[in-house]
Amino acid sequence: MNAGNILGFPLLSLITWLPLVGAAIILSIRGDEETVASNARWTALWTSLIVLIVSLLIWVRFDRADAGFQFVESVAWLPEYKVGYKMGVDGISVLFVLLSTVLTPICILASWESIQTKVREYMIAFLILETMMVGMFCALDFIVFYMFFEAVLIPMYLIIGVWGGPRRVYAAVKFFLFTLTGSVLMLLALLAMWLHAGTTDIPTLMHTQFPAAMQTWLFLAFFASFAVKVPMWPVHTWLPDAHVEAPTAGSVILAGVLLKMGAYGFIRFSIPMLPLASHYFAPFVFTLSVVAVIYTSLVALAQEDMKKLIAYSSVAHMGVVTIGLFTFNEQGIQGGLFMMLSHGVVSAALFLIVGVIYDRIHSREIARYGGLADRMPGYALAFMLFGMASVGLPGTAGFVGEFYVILGALQVNFWLAMLGGAGMILGAVYTLYLYRRVVFGKIVRDDLRHIADLSPREWAVFAPLIVLTLWMGIYPSSFTGFWDASVAAMVKQHTAALLESTKLAGVLH
Amino acid sequence: MIYALAVFAPLAGALISGLFGRAIGDKAAMAASVMGMIVAAICGPLAFFQLTSGVAHPEVFQLGTWMEAGKFHVAWALRYDTLSAAMVGMVSFIAMLIHVYSIGYMGHDARPRYRFFAYLSLFTFAMLMLVTADNLAQLFFGWEGVGLCSYLLIGYWYDRPSACAAAIKAFVVNRVADLPFAVGLALIFFKFGSIEFATIFPAVGAHVADTYTVFGHSFAAIEVIGFLLFIGAMGKSAQLGLHVWLPDAMEGPTPVSALIHAATMVTAGVFLMARMSPLMEFAPYALGFVTVVGASTALFAATIGCTQNDIKRVIAYSTCSQLGYMFVAAGVGAYQASVFHLITHAFFKALLFLSAGSVIHAMSDEQDLRKMGGLAKLIPWTCTVMWIGNLALAGIPPLAGSYSKDAIISAAFAAHSAVGNYAFVCTVLAAFLTAFYSWRLLFMCFHGRSRADHHVLSHVHESPMVMVGPLLVLAIGAVVAGWALNGWFIGEEWKHFWQGSIFNGPHNEIIEHLEHVPAWVEHIPLVVGLLGIGLSYYMYMLSPMTPIRLAERFGGIYRFLLNKWYFDELYDAILVRPLLCLSRVLWKTGDVTLIDGVPNGLAWLTGSSSRQIVKLQTGSLAVYAFSMLIGVVVLVGLFMICR
Repeated sequence: MNAGNILGFPLLSLITWLPLVGAAIILSIRGDEETVASNARWTALWTSLIVLIVSLLIWVRFDRADAGFQFVESVAWLPEYKVGYKMGVDGISVLFVLLSTVLTPICILASWESIQTKVREYMIAFLILETMMVGMFCALDFIVFYMFFEAVLIPMYLIIGVWGGPRRVYAAVKFFLFTLTGSVLMLLALLAMWLHAGTTDIPTLMHTQFPAAMQTWLFLAFFASFAVKVPMWPVHTWLPDAHVEAPTAGSVILAGVLLKMGAYGFIRFSIPMLPLASHYFAPFVFTLSVVAVIYTSLVALAQEDMKKLIAYSSVAHMGVVTIGLFTFNEQGIQGGLFMMLSHGVVSAALFLIVGVIYDRIHSREIARYGGLADRMPGYALAFMLFGMASVGLPGTAGFVGEFYVILGALQVNFWLAMLGGAGMILGAVYTLYLYRRVVFGKIVRDDLRHIADLSPREWAVFAPLIVLTLWMGIYPSSFTGFWDASVAAMVKQHTAALLESTKLAGVLH
Repeated sequence: MIYALAVFAPLAGALISGLFGRAIGDKAAMAASVMGMIVAAICGPLAFFQLTSGVAHPEVFQLGTWMEAGKFHVAWALRYDTLSAAMVGMVSFIAMLIHVYSIGYMGHDARPRYRFFAYLSLFTFAMLMLVTADNLAQLFFGWEGVGLCSYLLIGYWYDRPSACAAAIKAFVVNRVADLPFAVGLALIFFKFGSIEFATIFPAVGAHVADTYTVFGHSFAAIEVIGFLLFIGAMGKSAQLGLHVWLPDAMEGPTPVSALIHAATMVTAGVFLMARMSPLMEFAPYALGFVTVVGASTALFAATIGCTQNDIKRVIAYSTCSQLGYMFVAAGVGAYQASVFHLITHAFFKALLFLSAGSVIHAMSDEQDLRKMGGLAKLIPWTCTVMWIGNLALAGIPPLAGSYSKDAIISAAFAAHSAVGNYAFVCTVLAAFLTAFYSWRLLFMCFHGRSRADHHVLSHVHESPMVMVGPLLVLAIGAVVAGWALNGWFIGEEWKHFWQGSIFNGPHNEIIEHLEHVPAWVEHIPLVVGLLGIGLSYYMYMLSPMTPIRLAERFGGIYRFLLNKWYFDELYDAILVRPLLCLSRVLWKTGDVTLIDGVPNGLAWLTGSSSRQIVKLQTGSLAVYAFSMLIGVVVLVGLFMICR
């Protein structure tokens, strides 16, 4: 074990594997169904809370001035192949670890009453999911990353397939097949990289220069995998189905963390390791992203199902993220990262918002509701806040990222900024239209006349998200401070790599 | 510090009444909100007078960091200079009066009122953040904040479909303009490396030669910025093309209309032009565009105002028209005159709206002018203040409007340019129409024979003191504001007064030229105003059949004006419907049929081919052995050939 860790113990591994311990405890619970369910809930909640508290150590001890990897731990695993178990976080990944550990207890709390069957298995699935998510963001070895990256799909597949809605099996299989298809190509790319560099160590690979032609092929292989996960247009259609069928907490993790995996892949692998190909393919990515922003925003407008609407809006928001990442300037990349984070909080909250009324009325159909403001003023307020954050109102989390991306995109091209920013307008249209149909208007249905406002448990679920939404909007520096140095280093490295290649081309001519 | 108090007291009031309104009760919440505004209304004007009297000096109060990304840096700060302080003083004072008035106006509303007061205070706070911004991002924060609050307030009666539609329309139309605005900010950052005023303004001279390529052409970067910012201003200030939200904003309670039209929101665009004057001065083409749009809006809105029958709608179009005047002034470089008109307009427009509210209140929520008439004797106070408001609006000396509006008309003339002359003609015509529709409103509402049914008439009553009080204060303002502020804003002391918070280019001496326009130019606004009043008196008092006959004779024109130049119908046909249709097509055809068709088709293919393959599995060992043999033969054969 490498003791280069400032805390003297493997913090990241602890956070990664601790949920599995909780899962093992839940597995050992015996008794009648009622006891098992109750114990499983409490054990899962406590496990995830302990993980959250431990993970906050990272927030405190992370050195924001350091652009490199921190809390690094490394164990030889397959030394003859130069493959190791290596964990560590830098400014880019650290907040996504925290996002995962924050959202997991919220999800468990949100499933408290809505999940009544196979509670034990459900909680186990969630804890395994947490292990996989955290592990993926911490992994510093490509093989380790790949295993977490793919293994995340399994618990999610089960959560959708077992506890989902009526078409859950179709949705689960579609989700699995879509997201797995690209992975095969990614595995091939991984092997090619290993053959070329002789190691799967991510920091080493980030400083390895791959030949230009090879970069192109590697980029395409990665792109096949990450674009599906983002998801980018036109491979986004698995997402609405998965969201609609998934239980509320499943949607929360799906939108909050799993959608970030693709974009994280771009920023961790494609952009730093393949600068030439990234640069070459940037216009292609921009085109797909702009189409995603406008196309899916319009599709969102036509939706009749609340969850589908929010799912489509997620695709549009992720389009803005990919625009930001591929501008290769500090504002754009920071904007993309911030948008990933804020979307993780806000879209998670919006799915929870839908979950609240789904738990009461058991319908996600927009037309089924109306006039909720009368009976649920607290709910209306929370919905308005998250809706506005999704629209990107200044002072909320959504604004900062979107604004940074516009700042970054304009440095590339006027129309990229204008069209990529079109989500500002269309987002307002579909969000306010949704809000109007659900919350405003007169109550016409009898069962809505006695609908209860948010319960204390639900307030406990929303409170941290409300705080985060406003905090990120009013004082974003406490988040951007984490990746300031890393992004600056990355932009510098990218520019240097491009310069190098032009020089080389100049010599050749 | 009193300056910060003026900005944050409304926020405190909004938070207390909004978050704890249910817990502490309606009365306490209302009191908290109104108290916050009273504090602001004391501190705001006080801070302004401290600055003008030389007790305090312009400075910037830093509150903390907001956003940082690489070299991009934006702070929360309060800018304290003449322009900001004048706006803070006006906004806080008028918003306070509107708060007090609302206590009476909302008295009969069935719902708890804490929500309404929280929104009103939040609205005021957002506007104050906008005018005190020290950088464009904070300005954008306030800009979007007023957008949100206008949405909430226009849709306050959320069980009315029309109110919800109007609220969404207001927000979305504003957003359409906000996108170019945001891109404009990005361009400023790209060119100047900052969006802080303190960095941009001194650097403008150095960037005059910068170019930026749009539409394949290379333009002066500052011109592009000027255009983008002005498009943002067009949305917020309801200029021609993006004005459609403003008349519909009437769906909110009347005090909200007063707040939107007088103190907050719509003035933001004009303020932006004045604030960005150091940059706009170097963008002559953008300024020309500002002038043309402003002048066209002034005339266009006035023509519509002449035919509307809803009392609030008439006043709404007059706001639209008056904002056009302000942009004309900004466009010809007389920013001082545009801010002057902004302030005087705030008094008389708030007065007009609130007195219209008083009329509506008295008439049991009737807003149709055709069902009014002869109310002068029944509600004398309201009638008096409304007369004062309209006299000020029409620019009859010595009331407020005559000073600021005449200055704008003179400025358009003094510009001596093609766009200036166009603006001059438009504004003079609009002045005639303004007087006409203002008196049309007065005559139809207060004079002549009553057209209301006796049931409504029997309930007509003067509003309570809490509503009439603010009206009287505003009436005093509408009478004296022009006379009192003229010397400071555009008179002899203007340079000393503004202390450089508004920039005039080296060759821009239009404020001096205002004094030297020919006498006929100075008198023409009054002459056309009196003509307008005369025509109105003839058509609505002496010969009431004339309007009806005119409407019949010129049916096409009348319907065109009555339907507001068919802008709503046009947008509905070319934007709203096609987009809604497109969204369904993209979903049903694009996503479900085409994109999902590929994986679903593959799945079907896999499924059916596997069913075919299943047929091969007969279970007969002989068949298997035979196929294996064939396989071996083929393989060996291939091997032999390839060797």
